[in-house]
Amino acid sequence: MLKLDNVHTFYGNIHALKGITLSIEKGEIVTLIGGNGAGKTTTLRTISGLLKPREGSVTLEGEDLIKYKAHEVVYKGVSMVPEGRGVFARLSVMENLEMGAYSLKSKQELDKNIERVFTLFPRLKERRTQVAGTLSGGEQQMLATGRALMANPRILLMDEPSMGLAPVLVELIFETIQQINKVGVTVLLVEQNALMALAIADRGYVLQTGEIVLTDTAENLKKNPMVQKAYLGVE
Amino acid sequence: MRTSVGERLLDLAVSGVLWGFRILLVAAVLLGTIATIRAGKYTSEQWIDFVVFGISQGSIYALIALGYTMVYGILRMINFAHGDIFMTGAFGAYFLATWLNGIGFIDNHPILGLLIPILFAMIMAGGIAMLVERIAYRPLRGAPRLVPLISAIGASFFLEYAFRGFFGPGVYAYPPIKALEGEWNVLGVGILKVQVVVAVAAFIMMAILYFIVMFTKAGKAMRAVSESKDTAALMGIDVNRIIVSTFALGAAMAGAAGVLYSLIYRQVGFFMGFTPGIKAFTAAVLGGIGNIPGAMVGGLVLGVFESVGPSLFLEGLGIPRPYQLKDAIAFTMLVMILLFRPSGILGERITTKKA
Ligand SMILES: Nc1ncnc2c1ncn2[C@@H]1O[C@H](COP(=O)(O)OP(=O)(O)OP(=O)(O)O)[C@@H](O)[C@H]1O
Ligand SMILES: [Mg+2]
Repeated sequence: MLKLDNVHTFYGNIHALKGITLSIEKGEIVTLIGGNGAGKTTTLRTISGLLKPREGSVTLEGEDLIKYKAHEVVYKGVSMVPEGRGVFARLSVMENLEMGAYSLKSKQELDKNIERVFTLFPRLKERRTQVAGTLSGGEQQMLATGRALMANPRILLMDEPSMGLAPVLVELIFETIQQINKVGVTVLLVEQNALMALAIADRGYVLQTGEIVLTDTAENLKKNPMVQKAYLGVE
Repeated sequence: MRTSVGERLLDLAVSGVLWGFRILLVAAVLLGTIATIRAGKYTSEQWIDFVVFGISQGSIYALIALGYTMVYGILRMINFAHGDIFMTGAFGAYFLATWLNGIGFIDNHPILGLLIPILFAMIMAGGIAMLVERIAYRPLRGAPRLVPLISAIGASFFLEYAFRGFFGPGVYAYPPIKALEGEWNVLGVGILKVQVVVAVAAFIMMAILYFIVMFTKAGKAMRAVSESKDTAALMGIDVNRIIVSTFALGAAMAGAAGVLYSLIYRQVGFFMGFTPGIKAFTAAVLGGIGNIPGAMVGGLVLGVFESVGPSLFLEGLGIPRPYQLKDAIAFTMLVMILLFRPSGILGERITTKKA
């Protein structure tokens, strides 16, 4: 469904992605794991059009995504939950969700999606009129996830949803990711928390300093000695 | 933690001087006010006049200030050409109104004779602002913050001297609207009709703008873009389009303000945007730049202080020509607010909680 082929992305002279090749099939949960500065966020921002690669291709079901601006990529069915959640702090919970549905045309669809998000995260319903900046970290993550779902994405890009959350909340978020996936949304999950990510993913890629160094099924990656040592804290 | 004694003494001295300055200013205002009231030179009717004038003047500042504050909110940039955008609106309205006046339209339909030029001024100012954004600001997006500021000053000069080139350095008289002449008697006090109409029109415009920003999809997108352009783009929001709309909306308000200003002062000229422009900028800073209700409050506060101030506290201090110091009041307020409360009257109301 989504394919990256030999993608090179730069920040000025900094060569952040050095030829990334990866693919995600429809209905999968694929995780991209790697340490700080490996290029995970850069990969997601390249897919969503916020960054343009200098070389290589990004295609969604065969269609070139690079030629679209970031806001147009959303209309192609790609939604992203940014790193650090990025809720609009001064907008209310409802307004944040409405912004998530900016690409939708009809009011009915908006209302339907809001109901769906509220069923997924009842907590958000209680806080609907609250300004997002005053939500707790966990609630903000729920809001950022719900907001990304508002656009009816075909593929959801998630950048470290577990960051800074208590274990209970991480579990809740990951369960939600599985639920979302069950109803047909393909997921690309970027994580440093490899243990959690591999627990729910079908396949994984390991990223190191801008290069994919390993790819396999989640089962095999969990058993891989290098992954165990570097990302799972197993000696 | 290695500040030397000398440095600490210097800090102390600076804050001492600042405090002294503050106390001196408050004392001067208080003493002047008491002296003026004791002298009893002005009747209460005159005071009401001052306040009404201040409100109508202030509501014009407020309308212009909205454009400064919205553009700042979204681009963190001071659009110094905004005062000249106000001027272009006034010019457009002047030509249309003069023509309408010539065919007798304004006398026969005073309300439409007022509204049509306002609408025209809004469209014209909005259009010019969109061009300015496209030509002078957009290519510099992402450049260091000083660069668009310089470009803004360039755009300001360009507009002023282009209009001077076309229409000369003189001033034109905005056609009179007979229905607005004279006074209304409110509870025994005569109030100039034109000032009431200007204030009411300005408040209606502000209400419309507030509604747009708070409750429409485009308005919410403006607020989203002002928080984060990247995240807004991830929502499918065309950031450039929202930025242009913000310029156009702020400029439309300034264009309308240009007509209202012309109704009071009856003079339209290429340089007319300069003083109201910096006054409105002061108002925006006063209310807290980036803050929309702040711009409205700041404009009104500035207008009323400026109008009441000379007779209320300057005259009491024995200053011979207090009215000459009207502008000094505005800029003293600007300096004071920058020194003591840079976030403005309303300040930042909601902080981003990093959880
Ligand atoms: N705006 C930027 N300008 C310059 N270099 C950048 C910028 N953003 C990221 N980089 C560099 O690109 C590389 C990849 O960064 P990226 O943010 O993609 O890492 P990451 O895998 O998401 O890390 P983390 O887990 O810490 O979020 C890093 O070396 C980083 O320093
Ligand atoms: Mg990252």
